[in-house]
Amino acid sequence: MTEFPKTPPRYSATFTPAVNAEIRRAAASGIYDIRGGGTKRHLPHFDDLLFLGASISRYPLEGYREKCATDVWLGTRHAKKPIHLDIPVTIAGMSFGALSGPAKEALGRGASDAGTSTTTGDGGMTEEERGHSKTLVYQYLPSRYGMNPDDLRRADAIEIVVGQGAKPGGGGMLLGQKISDRVAKMRNLPKGIDQRSACRHPDWTGPDDLEIKILELREITDWEKPIYVKIGGARPYYDTALAVKAGADVVVLDGMQGGTAATQDVFIEHVGMPILACIPLAVKALQDLGMHRKVQLIVSGGIRSGADVAKAMALGADAVAIGTAALIALGDNDPKWEEEYQKLGTTADAYDDWHEGRDPTGITTQDPELYQRFDPVLGGRRLKNYLKVMTLEAQTIARACGKNHLHNLEPEDLVSLTIEAAAMAGVPLAGTSWIPGRNGGF
Amino acid sequence: MQSFDLGKEGLRALNSSLHALRGQTNMTAWEVINPKGAHAIAAGVDAPVDITVRGSTGYYCAGMNKQATIRIKGSAGPGVAENMMSGAVIIDGDASQYAGATGRGGLLVIKGNASSRCGISMKGIDIVVHGNIGHMSCFMAQSGNVVVLGNAGESLGDSLYEARIFVRGTVKSLGADCIEKEMRDEHFALVEDLLRRGEADTKAKPEEFRRYGSARKLYNFNIDNAAAY
Repeated sequence: MTEFPKTPPRYSATFTPAVNAEIRRAAASGIYDIRGGGTKRHLPHFDDLLFLGASISRYPLEGYREKCATDVWLGTRHAKKPIHLDIPVTIAGMSFGALSGPAKEALGRGASDAGTSTTTGDGGMTEEERGHSKTLVYQYLPSRYGMNPDDLRRADAIEIVVGQGAKPGGGGMLLGQKISDRVAKMRNLPKGIDQRSACRHPDWTGPDDLEIKILELREITDWEKPIYVKIGGARPYYDTALAVKAGADVVVLDGMQGGTAATQDVFIEHVGMPILACIPLAVKALQDLGMHRKVQLIVSGGIRSGADVAKAMALGADAVAIGTAALIALGDNDPKWEEEYQKLGTTADAYDDWHEGRDPTGITTQDPELYQRFDPVLGGRRLKNYLKVMTLEAQTIARACGKNHLHNLEPEDLVSLTIEAAAMAGVPLAGTSWIPGRNGGF
Repeated sequence: MQSFDLGKEGLRALNSSLHALRGQTNMTAWEVINPKGAHAIAAGVDAPVDITVRGSTGYYCAGMNKQATIRIKGSAGPGVAENMMSGAVIIDGDASQYAGATGRGGLLVIKGNASSRCGISMKGIDIVVHGNIGHMSCFMAQSGNVVVLGNAGESLGDSLYEARIFVRGTVKSLGADCIEKEMRDEHFALVEDLLRRGEADTKAKPEEFRRYGSARKLYNFNIDNAAAY
């Protein structure tokens, strides 16, 4: 009998081994996958944009001689005490609970040394971060864990969190393994429960209520503190416009690459928009209201380098925020812990089960044995170094574009490598004058 | 008595005068006239003073109060005494939604009815309502006590943590994970104390109340409870 060649095994592009593994995991466990971090899928991002640099029609600034300023004012619209930062890279809100006390301290040390702000999270304000943060933004979240007027008054700004990029429309999650005695006490919860924070604020709904809530917070703090409103990247044009209408001093806009301590994977991967698509819509809302640069825009979600900072600012942001990148700078997912990552069934640079509280680096855990591994002084130094490098990189690009301040970067300095990025960012495809969708609405 | 005409002098002047009292004790009696439903009246006070508001208030009256006793001689808008830390807020009339939301301490007394979401997400406050409370009251309530002389609306105590709810009248329905629990001696004593402090001891007796609390079945996720969420 003649032997014919067999059809080689062929994997489905729909039912990939990874998809099938998730189906099996769901079938065996009966619970959705929960993990930390932001989206892991490939998305149009800042990598799809390039700067043009100066040439005959523009002239550049001398790299090491001519000044390129980096400072930023935040909260100049209504606050008696607006914030002035040396660099436009801030540290995003991350809770004590999600992070260990020493990790929060390191964020404060590094940010303060680099001349920028840190932000509390869904667990209240700790002495570690207030003590080590020169400028501290206090988040006002639906859960209101630990909320009190004394901490409001000793904060430098207040950030009303409506949503975050990893899960627009979702609340927080902190599973039992991380509800230690201290975390439970701060949140006024029983120890060891699976804690789910509400997705809506308990005492206001909608933009008209938000305006009154902002009034109340201003009254409590005697109109001193800048009030930020943080939104997830869902409907950035309308959400930005409504935040401005409600009286925000600063809008914080977080794209779907932005991380979370713990959320359903399906939420992280399928809800929200990439930051590249969000920024131009938010900037347009501010411009349409005549409020661009009057209400400041901070953007976050996948900011990794000075190039990302420069691109976000060229698109119209006043500043950026980093969360995941800051944790990596502290030492998160470092290959030096590979042996321990392997024991957890994962590998360095892929570890995202922060909710389990077994982080080998000691950063995202409440286990004293683990968090004592982490040196907050060294961590702070590493974060400072990283923030300085990002700033130098952004300045390098800005000078090459002939700008003496990072805020002078503009969309005209950019081109796009892909049609998708051109359409989302509203900058022309490289080598053309084509911006897909322009004149066709947005 | 310091009398403050809100209509003439404005909210900012009122609150900054009240905030300036921190540490002082000689001006302890205040009266606010012409409140006309303004928002954030006496928000953020931190002094052992008595403030009487002669009329009805808008949103967030007495928000985040510490130490002060604030009497509202009218009805209160949404979020009255939200996140109160200590002190007392006593309302002669009704309270709108989210009364005492996230409150961490002190006593809130509502002599009329409270609307929906009374005591939502509360974290240690005590609330005494002489009348009824609306739907979704004590949603995700974490700790503290609520005493209701009248009836409770739908979904009382949904997703409750460790707060205790005492209702004298009917409960239209209980929310997820909220169950009726036995009244033990310590609960009778607690209700007696709250009725007295809530100026309701002539209206009701502790033995007339039933207790509701968390079944604690949703504290840790179990797929077989998914329909309860």
